Amino acid sequence: MDWQSLFGLSLQQMIGPTAVIYCLAAIGLNVHFGYTGLLNFGQAGFMAVAAYTMTSFVTTWGLSLWLGLVVGLGVSVVLALLLGVPTLRLRADYLAIVTIAAAEIIRQTVGSASLVDYFGGQDGLTDFIADFRNLNPFSGEYGIPGLVEWRAYDWFVMVVGWIVVALSCLVVWALMRSPWGRVLKSIREDEDAVRSLGKNVYAYKMQSLVIGGLFGALAGFFTAFRSAAVGPSFFATDITFFAYTVLLIGGAARVFGPVVGSMILWFLLTFLGEFFAQATSGANPLIPTAIMTSNQASLMRFVFLGLGLMLLMIYRPQGIFGDRKELALDAR
Amino acid sequence: MPAHHRTTAALVVLMVAAIAAVGPFVAAEAATMSAPGETAKCSFPKASDDDTISILGRICDRRDTPQTPVEGVTITVEDSEGNPVGEATTTADGTFDIPLPGTAVENLGKKYVVILDEDSLPEGAALADPGSVERDIQINLDNDFTVTFPVGELAGSSTGKLTQGLQLLVGGIVFSVLLAMAALGLSMIFGTTGLTNFAHGELITFGAFVVYFVDQIPGAFRVFGVEITVISALVVAFVVSGVFGWVNDAALWRPLRRRGTGVIAMMIVSIGLSIFLRSIYQFVGGASSRNYSQYSAVQPYEFGPLLVTPKEITVTVIGMAVLVAVSLLIQYTRLGKATRAVADNPALASSTGINVERVINVVWIGGAALAGLAGGLLGVTQGFNYQLGLKILLLVFAAVVLGGLGTIWGAIVGAFVIGIFVEVSTLFIPAELKYVGALIVLIIVLLIRPQGLLGRAQRVG
Repeated sequence: MDWQSLFGLSLQQMIGPTAVIYCLAAIGLNVHFGYTGLLNFGQAGFMAVAAYTMTSFVTTWGLSLWLGLVVGLGVSVVLALLLGVPTLRLRADYLAIVTIAAAEIIRQTVGSASLVDYFGGQDGLTDFIADFRNLNPFSGEYGIPGLVEWRAYDWFVMVVGWIVVALSCLVVWALMRSPWGRVLKSIREDEDAVRSLGKNVYAYKMQSLVIGGLFGALAGFFTAFRSAAVGPSFFATDITFFAYTVLLIGGAARVFGPVVGSMILWFLLTFLGEFFAQATSGANPLIPTAIMTSNQASLMRFVFLGLGLMLLMIYRPQGIFGDRKELALDAR
Repeated sequence: MPAHHRTTAALVVLMVAAIAAVGPFVAAEAATMSAPGETAKCSFPKASDDDTISILGRICDRRDTPQTPVEGVTITVEDSEGNPVGEATTTADGTFDIPLPGTAVENLGKKYVVILDEDSLPEGAALADPGSVERDIQINLDNDFTVTFPVGELAGSSTGKLTQGLQLLVGGIVFSVLLAMAALGLSMIFGTTGLTNFAHGELITFGAFVVYFVDQIPGAFRVFGVEITVISALVVAFVVSGVFGWVNDAALWRPLRRRGTGVIAMMIVSIGLSIFLRSIYQFVGGASSRNYSQYSAVQPYEFGPLLVTPKEITVTVIGMAVLVAVSLLIQYTRLGKATRAVADNPALASSTGINVERVINVVWIGGAALAGLAGGLLGVTQGFNYQLGLKILLLVFAAVVLGGLGTIWGAIVGAFVIGIFVEVSTLFIPAELKYVGALIVLIIVLLIRPQGLLGRAQRVG
């Protein structure tokens, strides 16, 4: 067992570009679920519309990346309004089913062969990254030599990404300590009580859905920046569920919950993945091939992820930092 | 002596097979030779029983009644690496026969792609199902493999749409029956426990896997000479899935209910369970798609212009029988009435002396058994892999919400609406987007009638 590479790789993923993406997606879900109690299961849909809008602006229509980015934010606002209108007056599980359905509609539509000229079908879109890459002031390698290193471009995405995460946390913190944020929290606790105080619950929920969706859009942009490509498989339903896991590890309704959660999840996922990969590779593997092949080893981390999500929700729904009293989950 | 009889029987079979194998060629020859102006009858090629495998098929123009064969269409077969292994042009009776290299045993389990050259079709004709110029096939049996490419209208013309629509309706009904079984389980579990079970798809996949493992047991079950290996595997899957449902409830959901866990928390637990089980399935079964030993060869019956495969008939008959039986149980038995009462109002049902926990127990067993059977039958119709349940889970949700969450009849009605819509909508939209259409319908229905088709108009918000 090569412990050094095991920890090195885990550290690399812990603060790498992927952790940034899940952190931003989970910040959005924190606004939806943690603060307002809205069960958005379609965060991958917000990521997809934003990322596809930005990239198709460059690749398909030859326009500016930055214009695409702004329009992408706008499109995710429109998506939030479209999803909110039919469901925000209904019980929580209706929003869950509609958002998960909408995310799948978006994914299958952009991946369809009939729209291949616009969105690249199953292969997705590439060749849009130049404007972003040209901003990269870094060159060479960064990190701790011998333990963990990042290529200059990944380092650039990480630096920009964690700055955006910091600003997002600041925004969420400021919003949630404002009177507006307190209304959101009270909607989560008791919607009828808020309504009886004369607040327009529907409007507040809609605003929350829009703002959380915007963070989802940021996660979508960074998905495109990280891979220099987008494709339908980048926005599968499981992405949303992983983001929920991130949120629940750190603790819902806490500003830094998603940040800590994302780091922990990606450290553990990489650690487990690499551990089982090493344990099943080589001539005389630690785990005999009869029990587990190296193909099967790559699945073990998802077995643990599923199990972890269940146990977390059952035994510690408030995560690491959360307050159990603040998160009395119940359907409304 | 039985052995003697068997030899005689084998000889007779051989003779029949030989005549059958030669027959079409003679007939086709005769048709072209004697009456070149007349159209030959469009018949299926006969499978031969030698130790090589051939890809057989026919190309018929379904615009004509009776259907006419299409001559001179080029068909190629490629192996899984994309290397061509055989080519043929359809004869006057519309059939083609491409022998695969190697013996039957060598070809078992291999995958091939059958490709139709669209340019070689006569003018004005196109495939009835555009986009199906390529067929992926896997050789599972040491018999010849039959492929059909129905030729219909060029896309966009209106005549022939009715026939196409009817054909799609048949497919839609087959799919609806399976969807209804899965939806019934989900809806009953939701109705009695309030749990929106995102792991329901994994109950469906579970059934498909059980059928596969029973099917893999060497030997074949026969009753009066009819092979019923897969059908008996389906019965096993039904029972084992029921047990699996009971284990789900007893090990996880009942303790959570006792703790007073909220329904949203349980929903997220079910997502964790879904990821967990799906990874286990992939661990055990790998990522590749699998088929069962029976029903993979397609030799459809013809009812007028419609083609119905034996497996579609088998699946629909089994599914319908189970659905009717379950409906009667729910409607007329004491336990069924108790189930409906609990679904309607658990607290009230409990206060009238109904043992709610016992009803929930039965619902979990029954719901999981239905889901498992649906999975097994889906495996029969389209093959399966570890994602089988995940792929149709949203359609099951759509059916349940459309009919009215928690209403038992609503789930069946919703499943038929969604199932038929999914298939028939491919008349107007590309087949790859057929699930998208159904999900959009779901959202529109929620906008207009949030309680669903059969739900009571009560406040759900």
